[in-house]
Amino acid sequence: MIVLQNLIDAVSLGAVYALAALGIGLIFSVMRLINFAHGELIMVGGFTLYTLAGQPLLVMILAALLTSTVLALGMERVAFRTLRKASPATLLISSFAVSYLIQHIVLLAFGSRAMGVAFLPELGTAIDLGGLRIPLLQLVTIAVTLVLMAGLVAFFRLSETGLQMRAAAEDFTMARLVGVKANRVIAFAFAISGVLASIVSFYLVAQTGSVSYKMGVSMVLIAFVSSVIGGMGSIAGAALGGFLVGIVSVSLQAYLPVDLRPYRDAFVFLLFVLFLFWRPDGLLASRADRDRV
Amino acid sequence: MMIQPDSGGADASAASLEVDGVVVDFQGLRAIEDVSLTLRPGEILGLIGPNGAGKTTLINVLTGFQAVTQGSVRLGGVDIAGWKPHERSRRGLVRTFQSVLPFAGLTALENVEAGGVAIGLVRGEARAEAVRILSEMGLAHAANRKAGTLPFGEERRVGIARAIAMRPRFLLMDEPAAGLNDAECRDLQTIVRGICVSLSCGVLFIEHRMSMVFELCHRIQVLQLGRTLALGPTDAIRADPKVRKAYLGEDEVSPC
Repeated sequence: MIVLQNLIDAVSLGAVYALAALGIGLIFSVMRLINFAHGELIMVGGFTLYTLAGQPLLVMILAALLTSTVLALGMERVAFRTLRKASPATLLISSFAVSYLIQHIVLLAFGSRAMGVAFLPELGTAIDLGGLRIPLLQLVTIAVTLVLMAGLVAFFRLSETGLQMRAAAEDFTMARLVGVKANRVIAFAFAISGVLASIVSFYLVAQTGSVSYKMGVSMVLIAFVSSVIGGMGSIAGAALGGFLVGIVSVSLQAYLPVDLRPYRDAFVFLLFVLFLFWRPDGLLASRADRDRV
Repeated sequence: MMIQPDSGGADASAASLEVDGVVVDFQGLRAIEDVSLTLRPGEILGLIGPNGAGKTTLINVLTGFQAVTQGSVRLGGVDIAGWKPHERSRRGLVRTFQSVLPFAGLTALENVEAGGVAIGLVRGEARAEAVRILSEMGLAHAANRKAGTLPFGEERRVGIARAIAMRPRFLLMDEPAAGLNDAECRDLQTIVRGICVSLSCGVLFIEHRMSMVFELCHRIQVLQLGRTLALGPTDAIRADPKVRKAYLGEDEVSPC
């Protein structure tokens, strides 16, 4: 019974990590940018919920979706578009700059202390399923993630833009020769990453009941690790990596000796390092990892 | 995302691809020095020259990846110097990438669909068109396999099928035969002739295998050190002593 309980914990945490990793992986696949400012998209979603606390639920959700998406498009336009021909290292440093800039703007405006938000507190209740006590939040998280992933798969398989994004992820230069509009595809990828980030923020805020200017930082690190495990450049790999990291984290939490549990994350990252010795390219490394013009 | 297909009319009358007096400088180095080129619909123009002659730079000029320092590039009489790569390809100026590679992780069908989507078809139309083109090229069996898992020759043909799906008016083929065996070379020649006739498309054919260039091309332009060394019908170029000396070497041309 306890195993089943842990499994549901693991899958729901893995689902959140997978959503965050998808946001990172999607941008990397079209642009070779590891966007560490993705964490700030999550954080800004959280602060939108905080600012609008007390408004109707739908207003809070739509506003957070909008804020994260607009911020994602804005950072692409201001910080990354002009650097598109720069090396991945330059892009990476630029994303750190964007990340710190946004963190410190929020720090100036709201202060450094975590602030409480009542967002979907009813999801904190647990329901009884054949003797299992399962928090509603976990079930909702798993369901929302599955729906989103199905939607993303359908988008990539069936839509014109989805096909062009996959083509761009394979080989950006060649995609442009096949009529793919670079700006449009990249902006689309950022918009999707913004939506994914705000949904991760819903989970974090509902789970912890609070927001802080650093709330995106650890999530983006986990997301980065997940997408590396899955294979940078592979969108399916990012999702797979997220689930794996979630499952490993929850397993360690459950089965490590009690004294060591506070150091769970150290073990997670240790395993990550060992994993890289085994599969430095990740599980589903993308074939076409050529550089673009 | 729908794009109106180009209606013939005005630009069908003067429908050539013309490069006029183009100069390209790379940070003080002159890569192309006053080259002019005309590609007419329905003709195959061979572009040859030793490495560093400026062939790839010229293709990059045509596709919009390289800005010109001087001179103009016109498509059907319209100056396209300021057009982005995707705008050029949507208006029928299509390049098969060096060695005509398809997207390895997409299926053969999806690759060809991407060509149709590029000219503004919706997915259903693009798919129907892709199915038709693949079966015409004898690739129906490969439609749902990832392009990267196909045998080399078939992978190339998927790349060409993708170019055909873009309904090119002018097709720029950059070393399409690199790495192909003799039988695949012959298949490629048949396909290129077919494209040229059925789409009345002008083909700019860059290739190192001289036997193939001589068999396939109507006219040949020879570049050397960023200038046009010679231009004329294939037989004349083949016999031109200047060309033989500068590029082919005095020896007999090696077979394909």
